[in-house]
Amino acid sequence: MAAKGGSFLIEEVEANAIFTPEDFSDEQKMIAKTTEEYVMGSVMPEVPYLEKHEFDRSVKLLQEAGELGLLAADVPEEYGGLNLDKVSSALIAEKMAVAGGFSISHGAHVGIGSLPIVLFGNEKQKETYLPDLADGTRFAAYALTEPGSGSDALGAKTTARLNEAGTHYVLNGEKQWITNSAFADVFTVYAKIDGEQFSAFIVEKGYPGVSTGAEEEKMGIKSSSTRTLILSDAEVPVENLLGEAGRGHVIAFNILNIGRYKLGVGTVGSAKRALDISLKYAAERKQFKTSIANFNLIKEKFGTMSSKLYAAESAIYRTVGYFEERMSALSEEEQKDGKAIAASIAEYAIECSLGKFFGSEVLDYIVDEGVQIHGGYGFMEEYEIARMYRDSRINRIFEGTNEINRLLVPGTFVKKAFKGELPLFEKAKELQGELMTLMPEEPGGELLAQEKMLVKNAKKIALLAAGLAVQKYGKGLEAEQEVLANIADLVNLVYAMESAVLRTEKAIAVSGEEKNKQKVLYTQIFCQEAFNEIEVHAKETLVAIESGDSLRMMMSVLRKLGRHTPINVIAKKREAADRLNESLKYVV
Amino acid sequence: MNLYVLLKRTFDTEEKISISGGRIQEDGAEFIINPYDEYAVEEAIQLRDEHGGEVTVITVGSDESEKQLRTALAMGADKAVLINSEEDLDEGDQYTTAKILTQYLKDKEVDLILAGNVAIDGGSGQVGPRVAEGLGIPYVTTITDIEVNGSDVSITRDVEGDSEKISTSLPLLVTCQQGLNEPRYPSLPGIMKAKKKPLEELELDDLDLEEADVASKTKTIDIFMPPEKAAGRVLEGDLSDQVKELAGLLRSEAKVI
Repeated sequence: MAAKGGSFLIEEVEANAIFTPEDFSDEQKMIAKTTEEYVMGSVMPEVPYLEKHEFDRSVKLLQEAGELGLLAADVPEEYGGLNLDKVSSALIAEKMAVAGGFSISHGAHVGIGSLPIVLFGNEKQKETYLPDLADGTRFAAYALTEPGSGSDALGAKTTARLNEAGTHYVLNGEKQWITNSAFADVFTVYAKIDGEQFSAFIVEKGYPGVSTGAEEEKMGIKSSSTRTLILSDAEVPVENLLGEAGRGHVIAFNILNIGRYKLGVGTVGSAKRALDISLKYAAERKQFKTSIANFNLIKEKFGTMSSKLYAAESAIYRTVGYFEERMSALSEEEQKDGKAIAASIAEYAIECSLGKFFGSEVLDYIVDEGVQIHGGYGFMEEYEIARMYRDSRINRIFEGTNEINRLLVPGTFVKKAFKGELPLFEKAKELQGELMTLMPEEPGGELLAQEKMLVKNAKKIALLAAGLAVQKYGKGLEAEQEVLANIADLVNLVYAMESAVLRTEKAIAVSGEEKNKQKVLYTQIFCQEAFNEIEVHAKETLVAIESGDSLRMMMSVLRKLGRHTPINVIAKKREAADRLNESLKYVV
Repeated sequence: MNLYVLLKRTFDTEEKISISGGRIQEDGAEFIINPYDEYAVEEAIQLRDEHGGEVTVITVGSDESEKQLRTALAMGADKAVLINSEEDLDEGDQYTTAKILTQYLKDKEVDLILAGNVAIDGGSGQVGPRVAEGLGIPYVTTITDIEVNGSDVSITRDVEGDSEKISTSLPLLVTCQQGLNEPRYPSLPGIMKAKKKPLEELELDDLDLEEADVASKTKTIDIFMPPEKAAGRVLEGDLSDQVKELAGLLRSEAKVI
């Protein structure tokens, strides 16, 4: 059975228990390659036109994607899909991300657009829509956000009223910033029946009263269409109610989880691309008669970018692995039951949120440094990095802002603890008992011993901070958003550090130290820098929670848990960058 | 129509080549179907779709080559044959490969064999023609268009940038040049199906060949990288002085005049 969501914080995890990118099968690699070739060969030449909102071209490209099977990964076979494993599906999302705004069109169609019907549609609805969505005959969009309700999704104002004949729901309202709205045929729309029961509906663009507004002018992802969906006495047949009346939030929250999960995966693909083009640029760009790639400050950038990328990639594919393990363990019957699938997804709500905010922040860091490496040219639109920089920004906002996602992490932990799913409070208590007698450790001399020690102590620090916060604030914790965000950061860094360490360990067990030197460097660099951050977050948190003697005591505990001899990250980064400069692409 | 494609696994065109100990380093490198062989696979699939029949892709190599064969199957080829020479042979040359392929093909009912014009690694362009010679069938190299009508074949071939039209007949071997077609990406359903398509693995023994029968006819004496290109120079000063300086440099430094 796959690990329980969130259990990484309180359990020791073995390298063999996690999935890593080194575990891709030949077939999965082939699927990734087809996606890559499609993106580089078919999509990239069209991007300049897509950026100018020539969406006829998006439709053609999506149709081509349909012919290749790139729209069918998550659709069951009986409805014309391929029902691929979750790793393949993630690889498609990763490789597609390079296409910038177009990947948002693709992702919105296959993800938040099609999945509500895949997971929550009834037999008739699936038969009607899925074959067309899987092969690119029709395209899908998702309409949740309204001018007045963003993060507060359930505050929607759009209403639905059953007509007198009982044949149609009449929908009224406006849905804002709807991806694919220029050409989508099918929308999942949320509205409140009689202004009360939050529910989901399948709305076709041809229904009376359905129209779209003007195309928005966005800062980035311009290659995707974004408009308002206007519902003005829109007539939706009663059989198009999706799921149960008043249960729309179940659909909305589960789809959001998937959206977050896929967004995280996508950031890995974009980050790799930004790193690769920056490496190539630095090699070509000569100043003071030498490639700027040879300068140590540029190497420092590459060392940091790549180690962060390695950690994000390791963490996000670890989550992909959990999904795959859990989904493939479902019986055939359960696989057809959207609720069973949704429960599997909800299990990893914490990991989904971590991947979303960590992935998007790593990507933002990498495109920012990418522009910096390009210098003035990076500010010019003819260089791809400029578009990537603009495209990246939205990732920290949509699918739940990074702030909302941070708040969800400790919130979900506490919920799981109260439900008895995770023995969080017991572990926290156990730890507090241990603290009095705590002695600082010295790591052994073997490879990664220090990093493993840092992970172990980072878990204790995170648990300590979380435990103290729950103790101090109780139910009032919800209002302590700064503390909650700090705890989310601690948890995230634990997950990322541990994922990097375990991935490297697993790879070494298979192919030896010599072939995994680069992985070791990334792991050492990332763990050192992450641990530095952990100390800052923890200190701030303890100071906010405790005072007087107990603060002094906790600070001394933190010092003990934090004691280690730092590695020389400058030297490690130079070494990692040298290898990157040789291969001119992200290598592990 | 019985179509056979000769396929080679080669370095990805994006790989940087490095040499160590007199050998090209393969560690961690990405491998692909030789791009010219990809044209051959695509053309074979199109001809099969038009005329019916079966496409078999063959390679001489090691276990590693299975991936490229699976890719060809995913593109739409029907069967694959891997002649695994890894255990029997330390090294081979074009003679070796052609001899093995000829031996395999000689008792098959062959209508059309398609190969790449050259492989992007060795670049000899010899294996195809040698196989045709071994089988005693005609061959046409560097084709950019082919039409089959019964047993008549009309071909356009690339001759150093010009085109030449040729009429010939089956059985035949052709080598494929850029411009012949746009190879398709393997579709996802194609990739799923490829798992279940037959891939036969043979060793020299199965073909009644001894090591000595296929021993290289050539010896590789040295492998080295092309010399690094020196930086260019911009001459300055009066135009007539520049011309004089250039002529002098061509004589004394470049030694070309």
